[in-house]
Amino acid sequence: MKNKERYIARASNVAARMIGGEIMIMSGLDSSLFSLNATASVLWQAADGVTPLSAIVAQRICNAFEVDPAEALRDAEELAEALAGHGILRLSDSPMPDAGAPARGSP
Amino acid sequence: MSSLMREMGAKALKLGIPLGVQLDVTYRCNERCVHCYLDHDDHGEMTTAEIKDLLAQMADAGVFFLILSGGEIFLRRDLLEIVEHARKLQFSVKLKTNAVMIRQAKAERIAALGVESVQISVYSHKPDVHDAITKLPGSFRRTIEGARFLKAAGVKVSFANVLMKHNIDDYPEVQALAERIGAHYTADATITPMMDGDRSILDLNIEAGALEGLFRDPTLVGNAEEFCAPPSGPLAEADALDTLPCSAGHTAVYVSPYGDVYPCVQFPLPSGNVRRQRFIDIWKDSPQLKEVRSITMADLQGCSKCVHGSSCSRCPGLAYMEGNMRGPSIQDCEKSYARTGVPSRNLLAKRAALAGASARARAAAPSAQRAYEPITWVARKQAD
Repeated sequence: MKNKERYIARASNVAARMIGGEIMIMSGLDSSLFSLNATASVLWQAADGVTPLSAIVAQRICNAFEVDPAEALRDAEELAEALAGHGILRLSDSPMPDAGAPARGSP
Repeated sequence: MSSLMREMGAKALKLGIPLGVQLDVTYRCNERCVHCYLDHDDHGEMTTAEIKDLLAQMADAGVFFLILSGGEIFLRRDLLEIVEHARKLQFSVKLKTNAVMIRQAKAERIAALGVESVQISVYSHKPDVHDAITKLPGSFRRTIEGARFLKAAGVKVSFANVLMKHNIDDYPEVQALAERIGAHYTADATITPMMDGDRSILDLNIEAGALEGLFRDPTLVGNAEEFCAPPSGPLAEADALDTLPCSAGHTAVYVSPYGDVYPCVQFPLPSGNVRRQRFIDIWKDSPQLKEVRSITMADLQGCSKCVHGSSCSRCPGLAYMEGNMRGPSIQDCEKSYARTGVPSRNLLAKRAALAGASARARAAAPSAQRAYEPITWVARKQAD
């Protein structure tokens, strides 16, 4: 049986900037600072709330990095759950069309 | 500072990214503070559209921390529109204000926009002392009300308490007031010269003895023994070549309401104007910013071999305003002396020069009166 699709959306109440290819995020809830590595930054930029996480991993991660697709999806789900726990990303079983903007800055 | 924040700063420095910008949106103000370094007339502030375009340029350049300051920022009717735009561009936004114009609706709007924090200038817990400094009757009451509205709306608030002769005795009560309101508290005992170079307001600086007292107050400096420990000596030669004086021009920059770019608000070295050039082009190619970046501790006259070299908080902007960005900031030398009781190399040189000038003056013009010696140096001699 096919797993249920999951969707990720950037929170809008954050500060975020790409600095040298990696994204820094400050939580609007408690000012905690997060640093995403290059792979996690790809996920953040693609977290538009309407593209399924599995599609993001297949198109943006597996095409760019040498990685087993199942492992990549597992890692992506773990990251998404961790970031959702800090309130900077939203995770849902249905599309969320109101995602925050992707990070601007220095690639 | 968190290790991640330090890491972020180091990365920005390595990649040449302007991580933090202070943008003054106006120099106009509803107060006339006795120590203020600004000319409050409007000489052609950037329009809303110009500021929005500049913010987009800064976001693309990698600016993360944005301070909106003034003047009094709320004198701009478009201030909240600017803040909203900045938040859409995902800056971490901090506001500096006197809060006189902040009432409940504005406070709630600031909270809804996700502003990181609001810094409010508070000079005393006594309305008459505060209002005498701001020269705006009723300003203390309005300021504290504004702070309370912000706190009630869930905004982080900090009190910035500039200390000068007028209010030096009041800071413990301002600290207590901040605590009651739930605001963070910072004290600053630096009065800076006017931006046009006029240094007369420096007379408001507190006396050396009072400064020593501040540096020994654990509520201000934490571990006073550690803070006031004797200097650990000059930087090693190799370290002096690598060590940068401060973040001004390296990972931080200042933009005036007229689009003028300077390394820092306290470092008025004209480095370009965003009305004539793209922000990123000024940041990368300004000869003035390049010159600032080329200076290491090894280049600083006297400082590189000073005993305070490894712990000095020398401000290159104050040094620039004293006449030489590669020279000492005597204001900071005096702070190092007040902190540790050990005079800096440049302070000793200044005293020697003053003593020489005094001796020459006595020889040139014999007088029945004793030659005047600056009281501060006399008082300090006992501790040498």
